[in-house]
Amino acid sequence: MSEIFIENHNQKLKDLIFKRRLWNIFIIISLIIAVLLSSSIIDISSSRLLNGLPRLGDYISQILPSLESSSLFLDSNKEGSIAYWYFNLPKYLKLLFETFNMALLATIIGSSIALLLSFLSAKNTAPNSFIYFMTRRTLEFFRGVPEIIFAILFVWALGIGPIAGIIAMTLHTTGSLGKLFSEVHENSDIKPREALKAAGGNWPSEMKFGLLPQVLPNLISYTLLRFEINIRASTILGFVGAGGIGQELYLVINFNYYEEVSAIILLIILTVISIDLLSEYLRKNIIEVDNVR
Amino acid sequence: MKSLKIINLKKKFKNINAVNGISLEINEGEIIGIIGRSGAGKSTLLRMINRLIEPSEGFIEFNDINITSLKGKALRKWRSECAMIFQQFNLVERIDVLTNVLIGSLGRNYNFLNLIGIFSKKEKINALKNLDRFDLSEKALQKAGTLSGGQQQRVAIARALMQKPKILLADEPISSLDPKNAQRVMDDMLKINKEDGITIICNLHSLDVAKKYCDRLIGLSDGKVVFDGAPDDLTTEISKELYDIDNE
Repeated sequence: MSEIFIENHNQKLKDLIFKRRLWNIFIIISLIIAVLLSSSIIDISSSRLLNGLPRLGDYISQILPSLESSSLFLDSNKEGSIAYWYFNLPKYLKLLFETFNMALLATIIGSSIALLLSFLSAKNTAPNSFIYFMTRRTLEFFRGVPEIIFAILFVWALGIGPIAGIIAMTLHTTGSLGKLFSEVHENSDIKPREALKAAGGNWPSEMKFGLLPQVLPNLISYTLLRFEINIRASTILGFVGAGGIGQELYLVINFNYYEEVSAIILLIILTVISIDLLSEYLRKNIIEVDNVR
Repeated sequence: MKSLKIINLKKKFKNINAVNGISLEINEGEIIGIIGRSGAGKSTLLRMINRLIEPSEGFIEFNDINITSLKGKALRKWRSECAMIFQQFNLVERIDVLTNVLIGSLGRNYNFLNLIGIFSKKEKINALKNLDRFDLSEKALQKAGTLSGGQQQRVAIARALMQKPKILLADEPISSLDPKNAQRVMDDMLKINKEDGITIICNLHSLDVAKKYCDRLIGLSDGKVVFDGAPDDLTTEISKELYDIDNE
């Protein structure tokens, strides 16, 4: 009796394993077909890759500075010194500061608007479903359009300069943080809000005391993350004339000032790394302080 | 005599009649225990009195004012006169105890400055006094989440008192507390009933606690009143029916 049972059971298990294998093979084959199809559509041919890759190396070797160990720490008049390579440093730093400020402003304004809209676009805080629907769609539009498109639009309308970049990033920040914030609201605990309501508190005080204290650490964490993203974005936006170091980078690339390209890129990388480290430290601290309470 | 009248109150959730035609009259200064098993409609009844849940049918009147039709400011004023404490205390755990108590003043004396955390000195002193009544003034600046369950519930009572209420609704106030803390919380509720004359309507799971503290018991079963009287009148048969012991 029990042997038959085990026999049956084994057979069933074998069938299941067989089915699963068949399914896995099917998925792998379809993946391979998909990759082949898409590569033929975007025309990746091996010859083009093989011919192109060395040129990449050429460009990199061209933009690298020609530093000489003997004159490395001499002043900017001597070729081969770091000072010669970075002769334009004051200008770069000024532009880098502009880029930093663009990102900072866009993050502050964007996150403030996002906070206001997030109350209207979270299911559990929206006054009614019409406002909820409209705010959701608006936020989707703001984050759906790439920043660079907004930037091109505002450069065209307002002229070349950082203001176009700031507005472009602000819109995108509003769209993405608004969505993230409202999702944080939706995951919040209803109990403190219920108490506020039961005590006769109005809607603003329900949000301020019942909701904000719970969600604030998450909101700050998301905002810092967005700041990191905006630092990188504001560099790119300079390419379309929206101010900052990106504009200068675009210029030196076009004029083939090779050594300046590497000088600027290195500066940008260093800035992004230090901002990332700083905001990671801040975010960690906010979350840890919150856990210790 | 001020009184709370409930007239043929009903609440339907989809297909379930959570409260199915309750009529009651509650006098000022009474301390009432509402008993019955889970799902009998106790919590729904309490929340309808405070208008956290909208009744499907029926009326609630307080001093001849129709509570069920209140809106906006008038509704918030009623809620502040009719304080509520909860099974899970419902404090804002991440902010300090004093602010949690001050929240109780928002319905009665709202000022837009409250939104940036500024409260008048008078209200602050008031809040501290309320905390002091329950021996909690030393915890005033601690975050509410760091307090024990019993302490949190007593902070919730202090918050309720801050509303200067006429009625205190308590929804299973001791269900998540150990016996010692439960007794302390019940003693404190008895104290505010006797000293301040606040009417108390309290949902209770435990029949023993209800018999010990309440003047009057109301037994609910399937959303209907099946008993209304003094604790001594509650016979074994009725309590068996209330808690459905035979059907288990």
